[in-house]
Amino acid sequence: MRLLRPLIILAGLVVLWQATVSLLALPHYILPAPARVAAAWWDRSESILHHASVTGAEILLGLALGATLGCLSALVLASYRPARRWLMPVLVVSQSIPVFALAPILVLWLGYGMGSKVAMATLIIYFPVTAAFLDGLRRTEPGWLDLARTMGASRSAILLHLRIPAALPALASGIRVATAIAPIGAVVGEWVGSSAGLGFMMLHANARMQVDVMFAALFTLGVMAVSLYYAVDAALRRFVSWQAETDPSRDHNDARSFPQ
Amino acid sequence: MTASPKPFTRPDTAPSVTLTGARLEFGGVPLFEDLDIAVEGGRWTCLLGPSGVGKTSLLRLIAGLTDAAASAVSCGDGAPIAGRIAYMAQQDLLLPWATVLDNVLLGHRLRGEGRPGGEEIARARALLAQVGLVGRDGDRPAALSGGQRQRVALARTLMEDRVIVLMDEPFSAVDAITRYRLQELAAELLAGRTVLLVIHDPMEALRLGDVVHVMAGHPARLDRPLRPAGTRPRDPADPTLRDMQVDLLRRLTAAEGKS
Repeated sequence: MRLLRPLIILAGLVVLWQATVSLLALPHYILPAPARVAAAWWDRSESILHHASVTGAEILLGLALGATLGCLSALVLASYRPARRWLMPVLVVSQSIPVFALAPILVLWLGYGMGSKVAMATLIIYFPVTAAFLDGLRRTEPGWLDLARTMGASRSAILLHLRIPAALPALASGIRVATAIAPIGAVVGEWVGSSAGLGFMMLHANARMQVDVMFAALFTLGVMAVSLYYAVDAALRRFVSWQAETDPSRDHNDARSFPQ
Repeated sequence: MTASPKPFTRPDTAPSVTLTGARLEFGGVPLFEDLDIAVEGGRWTCLLGPSGVGKTSLLRLIAGLTDAAASAVSCGDGAPIAGRIAYMAQQDLLLPWATVLDNVLLGHRLRGEGRPGGEEIARARALLAQVGLVGRDGDRPAALSGGQRQRVALARTLMEDRVIVLMDEPFSAVDAITRYRLQELAAELLAGRTVLLVIHDPMEALRLGDVVHVMAGHPARLDRPLRPAGTRPRDPADPTLRDMQVDLLRRLTAAEGKS
């Protein structure tokens, strides 16, 4: 069932899509039927796969770079109070600037190639990772810290053996959020100026009224994003397997446990 | 039981601990002022009192965990207290990501003494066997019951091998029978060390303590201690212990009424 579920969701969406096209009698340049998009994908599969590999590389590089920088920043901010006081406002301001506004500048500085897109993805990933990890590092159980102090632990030992491991579940949440939004950075970058990638492909297809090609590229991007999210989620779950998980949807009191 | 591991230090000469003129404020209101306590060397001192009176704060003060000014902790042998304390809190404080064995070896890792060697691991294993946990070395704390988790915490305390042991109601979260067994075990394994134990049951204090204090009032004070005779852990059926229990209950109720 777990493997079938995405397929069932997909089939449901395709049916809904086809029904909309048929019922409203939409022309193909407004909303192409699923079959037409599938045909467009098949005709241009080589080109789509090439562009997808470029976008995929941008996302993965951005994710690796953003997560690494985010972790390092969180460690510095957690360890030095002055750093937190001085840099936190800067960080927040940097996040309030829309990535769309930065994209043209980054393309201007880093060129039309992959660099500017990786930079965009990194920027968008960096903050959620930093914020989540920093939060985790600052919420270490006070009892553990007391215990560590009576054991004569140094600051760095407390960081290494208590604070960092205890913050890993929070870091995992940050990386999950980052993974879900990483494609935005890469595609926005491609949209603004590029010579390859799914964003580039969509922009050009759109300009030529090849709406079916645009949908084919969009579908590919969606599949990539979902696969990446689930792969990262599975890896993170293994990584912090000690963290107990509870399901809020099972929190109701079952009537059987309260005999009348 | 397997062969008992020899403690690194012989605790025969466990020093006394004195705290004089202790003062601690909580939100501007003094919890205690000018409080003195003398914990006798090599003996068990129990601290009873209503909740919120500052027993845990007093323990943390002796452990050097609060930066309360104007209080002096000194040891009977003149050496500083730092580095000679093991602390056991109400919660087991086991690290959920570490195995039982790694939890026992936590102090070693935190002091930056490198990877635990064969000798340390053997000693940790022997201590785990002493507290009745054989074959659970590789388990995570989540796989253990509350009583077993406290046994691991006890093994971790013993692994530290300190002459002074401060315990804050360490077995209060487990059921009565498990608590009884754990107390007997702790009494046996921590014999000869200077122990200060915060506890809330008067009979348990009389079973385990050589000296029993009641801490009460605002600001809190210690009154005349009780000194039950005989060797620990004592038989709760002993009539003199029962008389003392009545006395303690009376003092605690009086303290409760005043506050």
